Amino acid sequence: MSILHVVNKSPYERNSLDTCAAYVKSGDAVLLIEDGVYAAIKAGAAAGKLAGLGEVCALAADLAARGIGEDKLADGVKVVDYAGFVDLVEATDKVQSWL
Amino acid sequence: MKLTIQVNEGPYQHQASDSAYWFTKTALEKGHEIFRVFFYHDGVNNGTRLTTPPQDDRNIVKRWSELGEQHSLDLVVCVAAAQRRGVVDEGEAKRNGKDATNIAPGFRISGLGQLVEGAIQSDRLVVFGD
Amino acid sequence: MSETKKFMYVNRKAPYGTIYAWESLEVVLIGAAFEQDVSVAFIDDGVFQLTKDQDTKEAGMKNFSPTYSALGDYEIKKIYVEKESLEERGLSLDDLQHLTWEDEDEDYAEKDLIQLVTRAEMADILAGQDVLFNF
Repeated sequence: MSILHVVNKSPYERNSLDTCAAYVKSGDAVLLIEDGVYAAIKAGAAAGKLAGLGEVCALAADLAARGIGEDKLADGVKVVDYAGFVDLVEATDKVQSWL
Repeated sequence: MKLTIQVNEGPYQHQASDSAYWFTKTALEKGHEIFRVFFYHDGVNNGTRLTTPPQDDRNIVKRWSELGEQHSLDLVVCVAAAQRRGVVDEGEAKRNGKDATNIAPGFRISGLGQLVEGAIQSDRLVVFGD
Repeated sequence: MSETKKFMYVNRKAPYGTIYAWESLEVVLIGAAFEQDVSVAFIDDGVFQLTKDQDTKEAGMKNFSPTYSALGDYEIKKIYVEKESLEERGLSLDDLQHLTWEDEDEDYAEKDLIQLVTRAEMADILAGQDVLFNF
Protein backbone atom coordinates (compact mmCIF):
# COMPACT_ATOMS: atom_id res chain seq x y z
CA MET A 1 0.00 0.00 0.00
CA SER A 2 1.50 3.31 -1.08
CA ILE A 3 2.34 6.22 1.18
CA LEU A 4 2.42 9.98 0.54
CA HIS A 5 5.34 11.12 2.71
CA VAL A 6 4.91 14.78 3.67
CA VAL A 7 8.00 16.56 5.00
CA ASN A 8 7.37 20.02 6.44
CA LYS A 9 10.61 20.86 8.25
CA SER A 10 13.92 22.03 6.85
CA PRO A 11 16.51 19.25 6.48
CA TYR A 12 19.01 21.61 8.07
CA GLU A 13 16.87 21.98 11.20
CA ARG A 14 15.51 18.49 11.74
CA ASN A 15 16.17 14.88 10.73
CA SER A 16 12.67 14.31 9.38
CA LEU A 17 13.80 14.09 5.74
CA ASP A 18 16.55 11.60 6.66
CA THR A 19 14.13 9.35 8.53
CA CYS A 20 11.56 9.74 5.75
CA ALA A 21 14.13 8.70 3.16
CA ALA A 22 14.71 5.41 4.98
CA TYR A 23 10.99 4.66 4.79
CA VAL A 24 10.21 5.51 1.15
CA LYS A 25 9.32 2.53 -1.02
CA SER A 26 8.70 2.09 -4.71
CA GLY A 27 5.25 3.46 -5.55
CA ASP A 28 5.32 6.07 -2.77
CA ALA A 29 5.51 9.82 -3.31
CA VAL A 30 7.29 12.49 -1.30
CA LEU A 31 5.86 15.99 -0.92
CA LEU A 32 7.86 18.86 0.56
CA ILE A 33 5.76 21.58 2.15
CA GLU A 34 6.38 24.55 4.46
CA ASP A 35 10.06 24.66 5.49
CA GLY A 36 10.50 21.20 3.96
CA VAL A 37 10.86 22.86 0.54
CA TYR A 38 14.37 24.01 1.47
CA ALA A 39 15.49 20.45 0.77
CA ALA A 40 14.72 21.05 -2.90
CA ILE A 41 17.36 23.74 -3.40
CA LYS A 42 19.76 22.26 -5.95
CA ALA A 43 22.87 23.83 -4.48
CA GLY A 44 22.05 22.70 -0.94
CA ALA A 45 23.69 19.77 0.81
CA ALA A 46 20.29 18.13 1.31
CA ALA A 47 19.41 18.01 -2.40
CA GLY A 48 21.43 14.83 -2.78
CA LYS A 49 19.06 13.06 -0.38
CA LEU A 50 16.17 13.48 -2.84
CA ALA A 51 17.70 11.38 -5.59
CA GLY A 52 16.50 7.81 -5.31
CA LEU A 53 13.31 8.78 -3.51
CA GLY A 54 11.20 8.34 -6.62
CA GLU A 55 8.52 10.97 -7.12
CA VAL A 56 9.49 14.12 -5.19
CA CYS A 57 7.19 17.12 -5.29
CA ALA A 58 7.41 20.56 -3.69
CA LEU A 59 4.50 22.84 -2.93
CA ALA A 60 4.51 25.91 -5.17
CA ALA A 61 3.09 28.33 -2.60
CA ASP A 62 5.79 27.44 -0.07
CA LEU A 63 8.60 27.70 -2.63
CA ALA A 64 7.35 31.12 -3.71
CA ALA A 65 6.96 32.33 -0.13
CA ARG A 66 10.59 31.48 0.49
CA GLY A 67 11.85 33.03 -2.73
CA ILE A 68 12.98 29.72 -4.20
CA GLY A 69 12.65 30.08 -7.97
CA GLU A 70 12.18 27.07 -10.26
CA ASP A 71 15.70 27.66 -11.59
CA LYS A 72 17.07 26.91 -8.12
CA LEU A 73 15.35 23.52 -7.79
CA ALA A 74 17.11 20.17 -7.78
CA ASP A 75 16.57 18.13 -10.95
CA GLY A 76 13.50 15.99 -10.92
CA VAL A 77 11.60 17.90 -8.25
CA LYS A 78 8.06 18.45 -9.48
CA VAL A 79 6.30 21.66 -8.43
CA VAL A 80 2.67 21.13 -7.43
CA ASP A 81 -0.06 23.43 -6.14
CA TYR A 82 -2.60 22.62 -3.41
CA ALA A 83 -4.79 20.90 -6.00
CA GLY A 84 -1.80 18.70 -6.79
CA PHE A 85 -1.36 18.06 -3.04
CA VAL A 86 -4.98 16.88 -2.83
CA ASP A 87 -4.46 14.67 -5.90
CA LEU A 88 -1.37 13.11 -4.31
CA VAL A 89 -3.39 12.25 -1.20
CA GLU A 90 -5.98 10.59 -3.42
CA ALA A 91 -3.43 8.75 -5.56
CA THR A 92 -1.70 7.12 -2.57
CA ASP A 93 -3.28 4.97 0.13
CA LYS A 94 -2.32 6.94 3.21
CA VAL A 95 -0.36 9.97 4.38
CA GLN A 96 2.68 9.90 6.68
CA SER A 97 3.46 13.36 8.05
CA TRP A 98 7.13 13.41 9.02
CA LEU A 99 6.77 16.29 11.51
CA MET B 1 -12.50 11.13 -0.92
CA LYS B 2 -13.78 11.55 2.60
CA LEU B 3 -11.07 13.33 4.62
CA THR B 4 -10.32 13.94 8.26
CA ILE B 5 -7.81 16.70 8.90
CA GLN B 6 -5.76 16.92 12.12
CA VAL B 7 -4.26 20.30 13.09
CA ASN B 8 -1.60 20.06 15.78
CA GLU B 9 -0.48 23.67 16.08
CA GLY B 10 -1.97 27.03 16.98
CA PRO B 11 -2.48 30.03 14.71
CA TYR B 12 0.57 32.02 13.55
CA GLN B 13 3.19 30.20 15.65
CA HIS B 14 3.53 27.46 13.04
CA GLN B 15 2.40 27.23 9.44
CA ALA B 16 0.43 24.06 10.18
CA SER B 17 -2.95 25.77 10.51
CA ASP B 18 -2.40 27.71 7.27
CA SER B 19 -1.38 24.58 5.35
CA ALA B 20 -4.34 22.67 6.77
CA TYR B 21 -6.70 25.48 5.81
CA TRP B 22 -5.55 25.71 2.18
CA PHE B 23 -5.54 21.93 1.83
CA THR B 24 -9.04 21.68 3.27
CA LYS B 25 -10.38 24.54 1.11
CA THR B 26 -8.84 23.07 -2.03
CA ALA B 27 -10.14 19.59 -1.29
CA LEU B 28 -13.66 21.03 -0.91
CA GLU B 29 -13.33 22.97 -4.18
CA LYS B 30 -12.35 19.73 -5.90
CA GLY B 31 -15.55 18.13 -4.63
CA HIS B 32 -14.11 16.02 -1.82
CA GLU B 33 -15.85 15.65 1.52
CA ILE B 34 -14.32 16.87 4.77
CA PHE B 35 -15.64 14.55 7.47
CA ARG B 36 -14.03 16.52 10.28
CA VAL B 37 -11.23 18.95 11.09
CA PHE B 38 -9.84 18.02 14.49
CA PHE B 39 -7.72 20.50 16.42
CA TYR B 40 -5.30 18.91 18.89
CA HIS B 41 -2.32 20.04 21.04
CA ASP B 42 -1.88 23.81 20.56
CA GLY B 43 -4.17 23.47 17.56
CA VAL B 44 -7.07 24.16 19.94
CA ASN B 45 -5.97 27.80 19.91
CA ASN B 46 -7.35 28.06 16.39
CA GLY B 47 -10.75 27.97 18.10
CA THR B 48 -10.62 31.08 20.29
CA ARG B 49 -12.60 34.10 19.10
CA LEU B 50 -10.49 36.57 21.08
CA THR B 51 -7.64 36.99 18.61
CA THR B 52 -6.98 40.41 17.06
CA PRO B 53 -4.43 39.83 14.33
CA PRO B 54 -2.98 42.82 12.47
CA GLN B 55 -5.31 44.17 9.77
CA ASP B 56 -2.80 43.52 7.00
CA ASP B 57 -2.42 39.84 7.76
CA ARG B 58 -4.74 36.86 7.47
CA ASN B 59 -7.24 36.24 10.24
CA ILE B 60 -6.71 32.55 10.83
CA VAL B 61 -9.53 31.98 13.32
CA LYS B 62 -12.07 33.90 11.27
CA ARG B 63 -10.94 32.09 8.13
CA TRP B 64 -11.69 28.70 9.69
CA SER B 65 -15.04 29.91 11.06
CA GLU B 66 -16.02 31.20 7.61
CA LEU B 67 -14.91 28.05 5.78
CA GLY B 68 -16.75 26.05 8.40
CA GLU B 69 -19.94 27.98 7.87
CA GLN B 70 -19.68 27.99 4.08
CA HIS B 71 -19.32 24.22 3.91
CA SER B 72 -21.02 23.12 7.16
CA LEU B 73 -17.73 21.71 8.40
CA ASP B 74 -17.36 19.90 11.70
CA LEU B 75 -14.56 21.86 13.38
CA VAL B 76 -13.75 20.03 16.59
CA VAL B 77 -11.46 21.23 19.36
CA CYS B 78 -10.22 18.47 21.68
CA VAL B 79 -11.67 18.92 25.16
CA ALA B 80 -8.62 17.72 27.12
CA ALA B 81 -6.22 19.87 25.08
CA ALA B 82 -8.65 22.81 25.30
CA GLN B 83 -8.95 22.56 29.09
CA ARG B 84 -5.19 22.60 29.37
CA ARG B 85 -4.88 25.68 27.17
CA GLY B 86 -7.99 27.64 28.16
CA VAL B 87 -10.32 27.33 25.20
CA VAL B 88 -13.78 27.32 26.73
CA ASP B 89 -17.41 27.03 25.64
CA GLU B 90 -20.57 27.38 27.78
CA GLY B 91 -20.59 23.76 28.85
CA GLU B 92 -16.91 23.75 29.79
CA ALA B 93 -17.25 27.06 31.66
CA LYS B 94 -20.07 25.63 33.79
CA ARG B 95 -18.27 22.32 34.33
CA ASN B 96 -14.97 23.88 35.34
CA GLY B 97 -16.14 27.06 37.10
CA LYS B 98 -14.83 29.52 34.54
CA ASP B 99 -16.27 33.03 34.35
CA ALA B 100 -15.94 33.40 30.58
CA THR B 101 -16.08 31.54 27.30
CA ASN B 102 -13.97 32.16 24.22
CA ILE B 103 -14.88 29.51 21.65
CA ALA B 104 -14.99 30.88 18.11
CA PRO B 105 -18.08 30.56 15.90
CA GLY B 106 -18.37 27.27 14.10
CA PHE B 107 -16.10 25.32 16.44
CA ARG B 108 -17.26 22.79 19.02
CA ILE B 109 -15.41 21.17 21.90
CA SER B 110 -15.47 17.39 22.08
CA GLY B 111 -13.43 14.34 22.99
CA LEU B 112 -10.49 12.57 21.38
CA GLY B 113 -12.92 9.90 20.27
CA GLN B 114 -13.94 12.33 17.51
CA LEU B 115 -10.45 12.11 16.01
CA VAL B 116 -10.44 8.34 16.18
CA GLU B 117 -13.95 8.15 14.72
CA GLY B 118 -12.87 10.51 11.95
CA ALA B 119 -9.98 8.23 11.08
CA ILE B 120 -12.26 5.21 11.02
CA GLN B 121 -14.98 6.84 8.89
CA SER B 122 -12.71 8.68 6.44
CA ASP B 123 -10.72 7.48 3.46
CA ARG B 124 -7.70 9.52 4.50
CA LEU B 125 -6.33 11.18 7.64
CA VAL B 126 -4.07 14.15 6.88
CA VAL B 127 -2.02 15.53 9.78
CA PHE B 128 -0.57 19.05 9.86
CA GLY B 129 1.85 19.86 12.67
CA ASP B 130 5.35 20.75 13.66
CA MET C 1 -20.32 -2.07 12.02
CA SER C 2 -17.49 -0.46 10.07
CA GLU C 3 -14.52 -2.51 8.93
CA THR C 4 -11.55 -2.74 11.28
CA LYS C 5 -8.66 -0.59 10.17
CA LYS C 6 -4.96 -0.97 10.90
CA PHE C 7 -4.13 2.09 12.98
CA MET C 8 -0.57 3.07 13.73
CA TYR C 9 0.34 5.79 16.20
CA VAL C 10 3.80 7.06 15.21
CA ASN C 11 5.91 8.58 18.00
CA ARG C 12 9.09 10.41 17.02
CA LYS C 13 9.53 12.97 19.78
CA ALA C 14 11.14 12.85 23.21
CA PRO C 15 9.01 13.26 26.34
CA TYR C 16 8.80 16.40 28.50
CA GLY C 17 10.55 18.86 26.15
CA THR C 18 7.22 19.03 24.34
CA ILE C 19 3.76 17.66 25.11
CA TYR C 20 3.42 15.47 22.02
CA ALA C 21 4.52 12.27 23.76
CA TRP C 22 1.91 12.57 26.50
CA GLU C 23 -0.94 13.83 24.35
CA SER C 24 -0.33 11.11 21.75
CA LEU C 25 -0.52 8.49 24.51
CA GLU C 26 -3.91 9.95 25.45
CA VAL C 27 -5.12 9.30 21.90
CA VAL C 28 -3.86 5.71 22.06
CA LEU C 29 -5.75 5.09 25.31
CA ILE C 30 -9.01 6.65 24.12
CA GLY C 31 -8.62 5.00 20.73
CA ALA C 32 -8.35 1.56 22.34
CA ALA C 33 -12.11 1.61 22.94
CA PHE C 34 -12.74 1.70 19.20
CA GLU C 35 -11.43 -1.85 18.69
CA GLN C 36 -9.28 -1.23 15.65
CA ASP C 37 -6.10 -3.16 14.83
CA VAL C 38 -3.68 -0.93 16.74
CA SER C 39 0.11 -0.63 16.63
CA VAL C 40 2.27 1.96 18.33
CA ALA C 41 5.65 2.82 16.81
CA PHE C 42 8.60 4.54 18.45
CA ILE C 43 11.11 6.01 16.00
CA ASP C 44 13.88 8.65 16.28
CA ASP C 45 13.61 10.50 19.62
CA GLY C 46 10.31 8.73 20.27
CA VAL C 47 12.32 5.84 21.74
CA PHE C 48 13.19 8.09 24.70
CA GLN C 49 9.54 7.98 25.78
CA LEU C 50 9.92 4.39 26.96
CA THR C 51 13.05 4.70 29.09
CA LYS C 52 13.07 3.60 32.73
CA ASP C 53 13.77 5.75 35.79
CA GLN C 54 12.07 8.93 34.70
CA ASP C 55 11.97 11.18 37.80
CA THR C 56 10.17 14.43 37.12
CA LYS C 57 9.93 15.75 40.68
CA GLU C 58 12.49 18.52 40.32
CA ALA C 59 11.31 19.35 36.83
CA GLY C 60 7.86 19.90 38.36
CA MET C 61 6.08 18.03 35.59
CA LYS C 62 3.79 15.04 35.74
CA ASN C 63 5.64 11.77 35.26
CA PHE C 64 3.42 10.00 32.77
CA SER C 65 5.82 7.13 32.03
CA PRO C 66 3.91 4.68 34.26
CA THR C 67 1.03 4.99 31.80
CA TYR C 68 2.93 2.95 29.20
CA SER C 69 2.61 -0.13 31.40
CA ALA C 70 -1.18 0.21 31.12
CA LEU C 71 -1.09 -0.26 27.36
CA GLY C 72 -1.22 -4.04 27.70
CA ASP C 73 -4.40 -3.73 29.77
CA TYR C 74 -5.92 -1.62 26.99
CA GLU C 75 -5.53 -4.48 24.54
CA ILE C 76 -2.60 -2.81 22.76
CA LYS C 77 -0.55 -5.80 21.67
CA LYS C 78 1.82 -4.33 19.14
CA ILE C 79 4.49 -1.88 20.20
CA TYR C 80 7.38 -1.50 17.80
CA VAL C 81 10.65 0.16 18.75
CA GLU C 82 13.10 0.94 15.96
CA LYS C 83 16.48 -0.68 16.64
CA GLU C 84 18.60 1.88 14.80
CA SER C 85 16.95 4.77 16.65
CA LEU C 86 17.77 3.11 19.97
CA GLU C 87 21.36 2.34 19.05
CA GLU C 88 22.05 5.80 17.61
CA ARG C 89 20.99 7.18 20.97
CA GLY C 90 23.17 4.82 22.96
CA LEU C 91 20.27 2.78 24.27
CA SER C 92 19.36 -0.87 24.33
CA LEU C 93 16.18 -2.76 25.19
CA ASP C 94 17.46 -2.97 28.79
CA ASP C 95 17.11 0.81 29.12
CA LEU C 96 13.43 0.63 28.30
CA GLN C 97 10.51 -0.26 30.56
CA HIS C 98 9.59 -3.92 30.45
CA LEU C 99 6.07 -3.72 29.07
CA THR C 100 3.87 -6.79 29.01
CA TRP C 101 0.39 -7.92 28.08
CA GLU C 102 -1.64 -10.92 29.21
CA ASP C 103 -2.64 -13.32 26.47
CA GLU C 104 -6.11 -14.56 27.42
CA ASP C 105 -5.83 -17.17 24.67
CA GLU C 106 -2.90 -18.71 26.52
CA ASP C 107 -4.19 -18.76 30.07
CA TYR C 108 -3.27 -15.08 30.61
CA ALA C 109 0.41 -15.83 30.08
CA GLU C 110 2.46 -12.65 30.39
CA LYS C 111 4.16 -11.71 27.13
CA ASP C 112 6.61 -9.01 26.13
CA LEU C 113 4.85 -6.10 24.51
CA ILE C 114 7.81 -4.32 22.94
CA GLN C 115 9.07 -5.70 19.65
CA LEU C 116 12.45 -4.47 18.55
CA VAL C 117 12.45 -4.09 14.77
CA THR C 118 14.99 -2.80 12.27
CA ARG C 119 14.37 0.35 10.25
CA ALA C 120 13.65 -1.82 7.19
CA GLU C 121 11.17 -3.94 9.13
CA MET C 122 9.50 -0.83 10.56
CA ALA C 123 9.15 0.53 7.03
CA ASP C 124 7.34 -2.67 6.01
CA ILE C 125 5.08 -2.44 9.05
CA LEU C 126 4.26 1.21 8.29
CA ALA C 127 3.54 0.39 4.66
CA GLY C 128 0.98 -2.20 5.74
CA GLN C 129 -1.11 0.19 7.83
CA ASP C 130 -4.38 1.87 6.86
CA VAL C 131 -4.08 5.02 8.99
CA LEU C 132 -1.00 6.78 10.34
CA PHE C 133 -1.28 9.20 13.26
CA ASN C 134 1.55 11.66 13.87
CA PHE C 135 1.95 14.20 16.65
